Amino acid sequence: MSNTQPVQYMDRTRRYYEAQGFDRAYQWAQCDDVPFTSLAKPLSESRLVVITTGARYDRQQSDPRYVDSGDIQDLPERLFADDLAWDKDATHMEDLNSYLPIKPLQTLVTTGVLGDLAPRFHCLPTEYSQRRTREADAPEVLKRCREDGADVALLVPL
Amino acid sequence: MGSAIDIVERCGVPRFYFVDFPLGNPCGKPYDDAMQFDIVNAALRLFTSAEAPRTVEVDPHHWGSDAWRQRYMAIKPEDRERMLRLGEERRRERQHLREIGQVREG
Repeated sequence: MSNTQPVQYMDRTRRYYEAQGFDRAYQWAQCDDVPFTSLAKPLSESRLVVITTGARYDRQQSDPRYVDSGDIQDLPERLFADDLAWDKDATHMEDLNSYLPIKPLQTLVTTGVLGDLAPRFHCLPTEYSQRRTREADAPEVLKRCREDGADVALLVPL
Repeated sequence: MGSAIDIVERCGVPRFYFVDFPLGNPCGKPYDDAMQFDIVNAALRLFTSAEAPRTVEVDPHHWGSDAWRQRYMAIKPEDRERMLRLGEERRRERQHLREIGQVREG
């Protein structure tokens, strides 16, 4: 009988890197106090911004990663994340909307479910350093979201 | 929205729409416009339906097979040597990048 439970990615990753001889396991982020805000206005009047962990260019493992933004009116055919861990055997990233869902979101704007979309989507780099994400990248993404007048953010990590 | 529920629940987020698919396509199977629309539409409903942080909703779609669950990052006994060599290479590369200063500042 095949397993149908959600994959335990932290365990799987720990074992994988142990097998590579890394002796210090990665510490995943943990927030004891999780923020929550109710919407200030209906979704049908809200502007939504999309944030992805993909990149607009084919990064190498060794490339430094920075916050980047793309224009939703001039979408690339696809994003890239060959330098990240995801299931490259089971699937692929050739269909943009399977991980950056601009087309379904535009349909939801057209049908009045959603107010509109922010003019840019943002590429948030995943970093080994949580401090860098917390103190540099996340504030930069927030600044860009505010510049674009976004009311709600949809984070879509790969 | 995403597919690594253990990592997201450990981190803690206001709202999480869980799509139990292989990592890479959290918005639906490639080229399946109808499924992608259903998933994104349902994910957006969480913006208004959630009343407290750490609210999780599970998407009902199925990837079509479950073989990927055991295959992902699986380590076969015959891979042990290769894995250790891979680790050595990574450590050497990391050390080299550190030496030439090609690491992000801050």
